[in-house]
Amino acid sequence: MAYDKFTILKSTAVPMPIENVDTDQIIPARFLKATERKGFGDNLFRDWRYETDGTPKKDFVLNNPIYSGKILVAGKNFGSGSSREHAAWAIYDYGFRCVVSSFFADIFKNNSLNIGILPVQVSPEFLDKIFTAIESDPKAEVEVNLETQTITIPATGDSESFAINSYKKHNMMNGFDDIDYLQAMKDEIKVFADKSMY
Amino acid sequence: MSNKPATLFDKVWDSHVVRKIEDGPDVFFIDRHFIHEVTSPVAFLGMENRGLKVMFPEKTFATADHNTPTINQHLPVQDPLSANQLKALETNSNKYGISHWGLGNPKNGIVHVVGPENGITLPGMTIVCGDSHTSTHGAFGAIAFGIGTSEVEMVLSSQCIMQPKPKKMRINVNGQLGKGITPKDVTLYIISKLTAAGATGYFVEYAGDVFENMSMEGRMTVCNMSIEMGARGGIIAPDETTFNYIKGREKAPKGEAWDKALAYWKTLRTEEGAAFDQEYTYDAADIEPMITYGTNPGMGMGITKHIPAALAGDSKTSYEKSLQYMGFHEEEAMIGKKVDYVFIGSCTNGRIEDFRAFASIVKGRKKAEHVTAWIVPGSHIVEQQIKEEGILDILTEAGFQLRQPGCSACLAMNDDKVPAGKYAVSTSNRNFEGRQGPGSRTMLASPLVAAAAAVTGVVTDPRELIA
Repeated sequence: MAYDKFTILKSTAVPMPIENVDTDQIIPARFLKATERKGFGDNLFRDWRYETDGTPKKDFVLNNPIYSGKILVAGKNFGSGSSREHAAWAIYDYGFRCVVSSFFADIFKNNSLNIGILPVQVSPEFLDKIFTAIESDPKAEVEVNLETQTITIPATGDSESFAINSYKKHNMMNGFDDIDYLQAMKDEIKVFADKSMY
Repeated sequence: MSNKPATLFDKVWDSHVVRKIEDGPDVFFIDRHFIHEVTSPVAFLGMENRGLKVMFPEKTFATADHNTPTINQHLPVQDPLSANQLKALETNSNKYGISHWGLGNPKNGIVHVVGPENGITLPGMTIVCGDSHTSTHGAFGAIAFGIGTSEVEMVLSSQCIMQPKPKKMRINVNGQLGKGITPKDVTLYIISKLTAAGATGYFVEYAGDVFENMSMEGRMTVCNMSIEMGARGGIIAPDETTFNYIKGREKAPKGEAWDKALAYWKTLRTEEGAAFDQEYTYDAADIEPMITYGTNPGMGMGITKHIPAALAGDSKTSYEKSLQYMGFHEEEAMIGKKVDYVFIGSCTNGRIEDFRAFASIVKGRKKAEHVTAWIVPGSHIVEQQIKEEGILDILTEAGFQLRQPGCSACLAMNDDKVPAGKYAVSTSNRNFEGRQGPGSRTMLASPLVAAAAAVTGVVTDPRELIA
């Protein structure tokens, strides 16, 4: 499934200074029963966001109208646990295009890149700066520039560079995915498979 | 290729790289692909939307497990959404000629139990599945890891995925495990040392006496939990224990093919002097029966210890949030805490050895009256073994009921949900908030600790119940 090209994203951000946010929190298992990829955003952070009767929990950040934006900023080790891509789908479907953290779980990072969410890993110090900036002004913007691989807080002028391999960067900037790439090399795969012992 | 000594992981990884991309991932060939009902439907849909077909249907195996009921499997599945997913798996498998062990099939069970027990999982293979506990298969000297649904689509349509090669870590545990110390305790101990993110970015080789002396069931438990410290997977060099386990299984090589395979498998060892990016060594004598007290698998401790005051590396806020969720306090003992539910099963501890261990403590005792126990075999083959070995009689005598195979209360997608606020001692792999049902509180432990809790109704050191 193709996704939107990612070049520069300048947006307000939603702060979630919680560590080890696992994929069961992002989307609980009981919401994984669909056979199509739609509607997952409604259940993003379901049990943190809603009471069991469906009333929004007032103290949860997504229910606080002063915070909004296309960037989610979270504590370290974001996305640990299950390999469910539904977690990334829920984040995308809700409207986020970028997640910033000081550390990501591997499978979540791969899943995000595969569906067009940019995971931006920053230093713990820079993460604190973003949280502080949003705390002092919820309308403070964060700018993520994929071309130059930099993340900036325009209000303070703080900036940091982030890593991404050039293959994935090219894909994200053009909205390409791995399936296109693999389809283009099927003959080579066929030759390889013929030599395989399994 | 250089002549540097290679690790087991390098040998298997490097022999599966179809193409290396400059400053990018490797195009990585997959020998075996397992699919289940939850993470595959969207992959099939995506493939069809692009007009693609399954490239090698004989390399993919489907089984229904995540969403299946564990009672009355002969009746239609009640939840329409679950039924729909199970139907989609069957339809997609039939359409593309993929082997399908659906509900009611005698081979059905949890994907990471049925793969090995039917000889589908072999040393030197690359194995993926849309499930993070695919790391289980590393017990055979395979590179096995969980993938997302986009990657499931890649494997179906091209038998490859795009993967950057992980860094390498070796974890050595030497010495002799004490009485009542199981593979689950070994892995919970390691994770408590490394934290839930301590191995992120790495692929772990387990080495040392403890793993060499471990059964295949035990090795699977350890490799299964690798993901719980963030690792992509775990791997253990295949040896006679591995070969004896595989030999004669339905899909294992036979005759001349066996000899050829065996000769290759024997080369799958880390060479002397091979380099790892990170290495840790632990002493088996330091490991106690383990139990978790928090909301990630790194928050574990010896069962006789007290809950620590704060966890190195995590912020005070996150730590307190976690204890608050559990209803526990710093410096408290875990022994004696009331247990409402006990779950034995899952891809972590749903194999015959686990039920033997559970029965060893339950034998001659009675289930505590207030405890609800879910005893869920990992597969029909395990269920059959439980019956044949007389374990079912021991369980029944003690007041337990045996359920039917599936993932069950490990992730509570079916009806096996722990109610809000209730405490479960669980042999599964994750103690995340709400993992076993909204508001549920999970303490991860071994089958022995689970059995001790089931008969006493409180957290109990199983060593006190072992003759």
